[in-house]
Amino acid sequence: MLLFLYAPIFVLIVFSFNDSSSRTVWSGFTFKWYPELLTDASIMSAVYTTLLVSLLASAIATVVGTIAAIGFSSMRRQWRSPLLAVNNIPVMNADIVTGVSLCLLFVFAGQILGFRQGFVTLLIAHITFNIPYVILSVMPKIRQLDKNLVDAAQDLGCTWFGAFRRVVVPQIMPGIVNGAIIAFTLSIDDFIISYFTAGSKVFTLSMRIYAMTKKRVSPKINAISTLLFVSVLVLLVIVNVRQMRQEEKARRLARSINL
Amino acid sequence: MRNNRLLAAPYVLWMALFVIAPIILVVVYAFTSSSGGFTFANFSHMGQYAGVFGRSFLLAAIATVVCILLGYPLAHILSRENARLQRMSMMLIMLPMWMNFLLRTYSWMSILENTGLLNRFFAAIGLFKLINAVGGALSPEWADIAYFRMINTQGAVVLGMVYNFLPFMVLPIHSVISKIDRSLIEAAQDLGAKPSGVFRRVTLPLSLPGVLSGITMVFVPSVSTFVISQLLGGGNDLLLGDLIEMQFLGSAYNPHLGSAIALVMMIIVLICMLVMNRFGEGEEQAVLM
Repeated sequence: MLLFLYAPIFVLIVFSFNDSSSRTVWSGFTFKWYPELLTDASIMSAVYTTLLVSLLASAIATVVGTIAAIGFSSMRRQWRSPLLAVNNIPVMNADIVTGVSLCLLFVFAGQILGFRQGFVTLLIAHITFNIPYVILSVMPKIRQLDKNLVDAAQDLGCTWFGAFRRVVVPQIMPGIVNGAIIAFTLSIDDFIISYFTAGSKVFTLSMRIYAMTKKRVSPKINAISTLLFVSVLVLLVIVNVRQMRQEEKARRLARSINL
Repeated sequence: MRNNRLLAAPYVLWMALFVIAPIILVVVYAFTSSSGGFTFANFSHMGQYAGVFGRSFLLAAIATVVCILLGYPLAHILSRENARLQRMSMMLIMLPMWMNFLLRTYSWMSILENTGLLNRFFAAIGLFKLINAVGGALSPEWADIAYFRMINTQGAVVLGMVYNFLPFMVLPIHSVISKIDRSLIEAAQDLGAKPSGVFRRVTLPLSLPGVLSGITMVFVPSVSTFVISQLLGGGNDLLLGDLIEMQFLGSAYNPHLGSAIALVMMIIVLICMLVMNRFGEGEEQAVLM
């Protein structure tokens, strides 16, 4: 099973060091594709665009999503349930439907207001599909929050905002951070939605890769894959180490209390 | 805390603009024609593509079934391991997911191609010579095979779907199975059930919500993908996703038809959502890893 899952990745990585342009014939070990990759302007600008969009979108989505989650939590069920259902639409819908519907919106609005698809529409699209995941990640934490703590803080003289900053935020922080990470990852990896909303001049890395796969020429693709894989691996290790440390802390705390 | 509710207002506005409005637009476009009149023509036009619909559903259904057959046992076995092994296995299973979807599909191309790795491997171990020798005696068309045609077939597309979406089947099932109350299983065993009976009457029914979630999370992307079918299917047999893409950005520019197809897809998703809300469980775990 693991072989099945990892074989393609392994193949990609191995062939990124291949000395010829072929995808399947091995003819010697070389690093030459990596520098070539770095000097390819179209790829580098796509990397820059992708990073910029992902960072901006996940940051904005995290802030807006967290605030919205707090707002949702204070609502009565009859308001909250339908709103949450709408919130979940981008999550449940096939990517292509989200992408296509946003494309329609941008083309339609663009005809009326006179703008074309580009970085801004790409950013809006990314924010739109990021926020639901942030909300999904933060709301459970809010539910676990002890409302008495906020009241206690206010009794001790905090303004509402002060109570928010010092009591609520630290407690829901794990949810916020997880939401931000998920949003960032989704944005970086996204292809279909970007494909439909970026217009003809702006390219994300995934879009560039798609163009390259259609032409199937250079092992630069393999080099990209290797780099991406390594960075994802590092990121996952960091996240998991964080999680393990948190659990270790919680366990130690529990042990010391039980003593 | 009363005015907290207003905090959600900006986002509600955003949702109205960028989630609801686009959907309304899709519906509108689906029911109009390019000259602006209300029409059902797009839907009858869709009838032309019944073959595409059928193929998409069939391939997605096959992929889903394969995912269940592969994923359920895997989830079950994993749920019995200790916690640390489970977490590591989950991570290992999810890790390929974090690689770019395009790249993963692309690499299957190099494995499955006519001159690709698998075929080269088979040639190197003399498999084809063997087939030619033995099969040639049986029938002339087996006499000179030089490779298996694996890529650009529908089988390759199903393989691509299974590969890409299998973890989305494993995770919900695992999440639900590991939460089954152990005492129920013990009770069944105390009452004299054999392991197969325990499975059939306790584990299986209780794990169905997870299976339902898994089905949704595999079927919906499979039915709507166009990357997998273009890269691994050679663009010959069109799937729904291909169709939609063509209508919006490709050769046959007809956003009305594309919206009609997209609307159908949204309805499918809506049905899946309703089913999941009633019966399903464990998908949030999968979505949030």
